[in-house]
Amino acid sequence: MIEVAIFAIFAALALASALVVVLHRNPVYSTMSLVVTLISLAVLFVLLGAPFIAALQVLIYTGAIVVLFLFVVMLLNIGREEIGEQRGLVQKGAAVVGAGALLVIVGLSYMEGYGGAELAPLDEELVSLTGLAAELFGRYLLTFELVGLLLLVAVIAATVLAARERPAVPTVGRDLATAATLEPGEDGLVSERPDDEGDLAGSAGVAGGAG
Amino acid sequence: MLFDLGATAVKLGIFLGILLGAIAPVMVWVERRGSALIQDRPGPNRLGPWGLLQPAADALKFFFKEDVTPSLADRPLYLAAPVLAVLPALTTFVFIPFGPTVEVAGRAVPLVVSDASAGVLLFLAIASLGVYSLVIAGYASNNKYSLIGGLRASAQLISYELAMTLAVVAVLIPVGSFRLTEVVAYQRELWTPFGMWNVVPQLVGFFIFMVAAFAETNRLPFDLPEAESELIAGFHTEYSAMRFAAFFMSEYIAMTTLSALAATLFFGGWSFFGLVEGAARTVAGWFGPFWLWMGLFGLGTLLLKTVCFLGLFVWVRWTFPRFRYDQLMRLGWKVLLPLALANVIVVAAATLAGWL
Amino acid sequence: MVPIAWYLLLAALLFAIGTVGALTRRNGITIFLSIELMLNSVNLTLVSYSRLLDDRTGQLVVFFVLAVAAAEAAVGLALFIAVYRHRRTIDLDRVNLLRW
Repeated sequence: MIEVAIFAIFAALALASALVVVLHRNPVYSTMSLVVTLISLAVLFVLLGAPFIAALQVLIYTGAIVVLFLFVVMLLNIGREEIGEQRGLVQKGAAVVGAGALLVIVGLSYMEGYGGAELAPLDEELVSLTGLAAELFGRYLLTFELVGLLLLVAVIAATVLAARERPAVPTVGRDLATAATLEPGEDGLVSERPDDEGDLAGSAGVAGGAG
Repeated sequence: MLFDLGATAVKLGIFLGILLGAIAPVMVWVERRGSALIQDRPGPNRLGPWGLLQPAADALKFFFKEDVTPSLADRPLYLAAPVLAVLPALTTFVFIPFGPTVEVAGRAVPLVVSDASAGVLLFLAIASLGVYSLVIAGYASNNKYSLIGGLRASAQLISYELAMTLAVVAVLIPVGSFRLTEVVAYQRELWTPFGMWNVVPQLVGFFIFMVAAFAETNRLPFDLPEAESELIAGFHTEYSAMRFAAFFMSEYIAMTTLSALAATLFFGGWSFFGLVEGAARTVAGWFGPFWLWMGLFGLGTLLLKTVCFLGLFVWVRWTFPRFRYDQLMRLGWKVLLPLALANVIVVAAATLAGWL
Repeated sequence: MVPIAWYLLLAALLFAIGTVGALTRRNGITIFLSIELMLNSVNLTLVSYSRLLDDRTGQLVVFFVLAVAAAEAAVGLALFIAVYRHRRTIDLDRVNLLRW
């Protein structure tokens, strides 16, 4: 009885916040709604006998990944979507119909397969941490190591991709003698930096070429 | 079923009452008198003996101050940020045990509000939700300095979360469970017949945990995001009166919670080398039920240790200068994280060798 | 007791909502969030099946999905930052340099 109530509340919460994620104009609100969805799903995980996965979901997903999303949204000052530039109604309608068809097919197959099935009572084995750890470091050890490697690669890739471009040649300073004899317009730097166009100029050039 | 619910409600009530009613006002007073002591000045001494009514005056001031909201602020998020700060801080307290499993009216009642099998993990998970209040407060204030303060604060928090989690993992390796009750039970049987505090074998882990705890609660020497002389007040610049009080309170409650966790993980929690349980048994032999005295004495011991840590927080705040932001990040990533990893490896090796 | 089909239906519904979001929005971040929503619905399905079949494999796969999602989010957001630096926009309809 209590289980049904908890499921109902948090399932409704998850659905509502998922709709807000997808429909809201402001990306910050979408991100915060995703947090609500993830926490509701974590509660559902606990109901399903996976407290560790629930804790990990909150710790990793909401505690780190979505914070990363928020960072990027605020760093790049991503604004609200303009109303006039939204996709056409046909496209939106097609997306909804397609998703709806997928939902109907999958839902029907679920209902037919497990429609009224009563669950066996929760087995202590399923919930225990030692069992999870034994399997993780036993059968799935190779996968575990590969995922670690993947995370390492991701960290390196993210650092490289997001790094700011530095000038290829260090800016060597001018000495006093040169500085004293500068003409207006000269800068007296010992070595020239490669021609750094800067973002706006570069993108304008590229956009002009492509447009 | 009803009994369990009632017992949980009582325990929850005790904790919330102590946290909100006792710790928060006392901490305000301790902070102000403590800072005065360190700075060789009297501190608040006009209101009541030794200025003990100062927190009450502060609370009244917060009630009556004008509530200013920036006109262009994002209202729903602006109003939600203080709430988001207080909720995780208050919730994490439910995992801290204040006694063993006692027998009440024939039923076994663990003296902890929630004996979840993923106890410490859930604690850390909920504590990590505190990041959102900082970012949202900074964003919703429509103030570029608040935004920078909020982003810096959250970057700092998630950086030090890693080191803290690894320090906690090192503690959990010999215990073999995520339950805090088991961590205390482990310490009660460690090495000597009376037990030994975890801080002795895991001194490095304790050090890492304390440094990370300072950074997690935005306390000096890591309080650049809210530093008074830097970004005005950082992410809570635009908040006044009760909302500022909410941030203020959430900081103290988070400090208290992390202190209680440190006391439980490293200093034996509610136990004191068998003295607490012995005292409870003795007194229960005279009058009163055992569970009542065990709960009281256990809670008292835990609070005593927590208060010692809170005093440490205040002491450190007024002793050290502030870290610059890049120094702070460098410390978190380049010093604490490798140290914590090495700590985990050493503790794992020691556990395998049977020393722990 | 809650029949397992309700959990599975909820997951399918979340997946459908995520799909609509990924197909309909222009803002890159929102598309990314919809994809994360889809990943989470898959997580819910896996945990539900783990409960139904009393087999821990589902939970372990969720563990790995979580880690891979973290890696993907990091790299994806770094890509967004790089794209933004050059194009000053995240609107995926405008990042179309390879289109003829």
